[in-house]
Amino acid sequence: MSDMILKGVVHKYGSNVNTDEIIPARYLNTTDPAILAKYCMEDIDKDFVKKVKKGDIIVAENNFGCGSSREHAPIAIKAAGVSAVIANSFARIFFRNAINIGLPILESPDAVKAIKNGDMIEINLNQGIIKNITKNETYKSQPFPEFMQKIIKAGGLLGYIKK
Amino acid sequence: MGSTITEKILAAHCGKKVVEAGEFIEPKVDIVLSNDVTAPLAIKEFRKSGVKKVFDKNKIALVMDHFTPNKDILSAEHVKFVREFAKEQKIKHYYEGGNVGVEHALLPEKGIVVPGDVVIGADSHTCTYGALGAFSTGVGSTDVAAAMATGKVWFKVPQSIKFVLKGKLNKWVSGKDIILYIIGLIGVDGALYQSMEFTGEICKKLTMADRFTIANMAIEAGGKNGIFTPDEITEKYIAKRAQRKYKFYAGDKDAKYAKTFEIDCSKIYPQVSMPFLPSNAKAAKDVKKTYIDQVVIGSCTNGRIEDLRVAAAIIKKGKKVNPNVRTLIIPATPDVYSQALAEGLMKTFMDAGAIISAPTCGPCLGGHMGILASGEKCVATTNRNFVGRMGHVKSEVILASPAVAAASAIKGYIATPDEI
Repeated sequence: MSDMILKGVVHKYGSNVNTDEIIPARYLNTTDPAILAKYCMEDIDKDFVKKVKKGDIIVAENNFGCGSSREHAPIAIKAAGVSAVIANSFARIFFRNAINIGLPILESPDAVKAIKNGDMIEINLNQGIIKNITKNETYKSQPFPEFMQKIIKAGGLLGYIKK
Repeated sequence: MGSTITEKILAAHCGKKVVEAGEFIEPKVDIVLSNDVTAPLAIKEFRKSGVKKVFDKNKIALVMDHFTPNKDILSAEHVKFVREFAKEQKIKHYYEGGNVGVEHALLPEKGIVVPGDVVIGADSHTCTYGALGAFSTGVGSTDVAAAMATGKVWFKVPQSIKFVLKGKLNKWVSGKDIILYIIGLIGVDGALYQSMEFTGEICKKLTMADRFTIANMAIEAGGKNGIFTPDEITEKYIAKRAQRKYKFYAGDKDAKYAKTFEIDCSKIYPQVSMPFLPSNAKAAKDVKKTYIDQVVIGSCTNGRIEDLRVAAAIIKKGKKVNPNVRTLIIPATPDVYSQALAEGLMKTFMDAGAIISAPTCGPCLGGHMGILASGEKCVATTNRNFVGRMGHVKSEVILASPAVAAASAIKGYIATPDEI
């Protein structure tokens, strides 16, 4: 497989960003990714959807995605154009959901510590290398397993299973 | 080296003698659960798999409880979509309308989940059934879709943390106070990816309702599951309800734990978790006077008959709820509602000026039936107090037991039952 490279501007948050903040329950009466995307991060950063550009990357501290099992949360993030989420740790249901719907997530405390809001970064998923273009620094993460990359390319777990 | 109860249940479900923490396994599931928020996504994903029939129509539970009675057109369309799927697939455990209750109160009550099961559900509070001695955990819609197709799910076997509950229970202290205290102690990611096993002499004094409440909130500490070793209290609860054969598992004496916490329950007083994390727990008596606008008594955490009895006794003593406090009583299931009527609890609530709702998750997740305006505060027996959880982003939720919630409803501020 050729290397998967993701590049974008960082939107940085703290610890325990929860699924109610990522996509409030008042919008859970739809499953349409385009509608969910319009309200992404509304209760933690109401200007997020105005600022975010395709390819941008969310960086957060501990326990990202805690709370509800709603898969609408990673769907909203992905549909808003975010190409990856980097955190110190992820809540376990969010972790499963992100992989299952094909949203790359990486754990890298070094990256989280150094990266500032607004930095331009580039992720090589195959190698697990995060480059901070703004600061000219490099951080390590785990290489993203090939089967997870295939899930992303198949648009999610069920598409991958079918293949 | 021995195994924990969690490891034993998981091993039995993948045909192995033992499994070890960290190992990847693919156990068979006994029940796959989804609700009106998560099932529509799961069904869409299921269709993508190309599989025509679910693996077993008797092992899937679809419970329309979150936004029901349908709060708007979009929600009604979701429920219709799930109903049509349930009919097409002849799903045995489909609940909507007069027979629906909050899923995690309903499934044990109906004996659909039983001790020894492996249960997954596209709802984070699926961990509730650990109270019965089952392995039970929340997943997402895609996991549910895959399990509906294959009858299996992948897991990494979790490490276990042991909580030894000792000492004595102070007056008014319930399962809710114990779990809020524990989350306050270890934090909202204190058990991330791990199993929370509750043991110790105090367990013998905990009713099934208390145990359900404790296991229910394991997720609020990041836990994969919460679990109790079944005993005669479990037996008494499940014997008359179980729809299938069940099995009591117990861990070995030499099982390995990542950590052990000794919890001296004598130090626990009725708790409240202040905004905006369940870990912001403290004794209600130590909170400065905080006026409130609403009380919610209900949910998968505390909407059982035992909860309503405690609340009704306090409200009866206080006679009237404070006129500034909208007091919502939400029995978790039709059976709870019916029992509360028979016992006269509903009359007590009505006479006191409370509002009685049909069973629903409703306000707990800010769905409907009691949404907060900016600046409003609510004492709730629910499970999360995140920013905007019950409504406006500038509203606040304070988590508490039914006893503290009832006392606060009467006083109009965060109060302890001793003040009534």
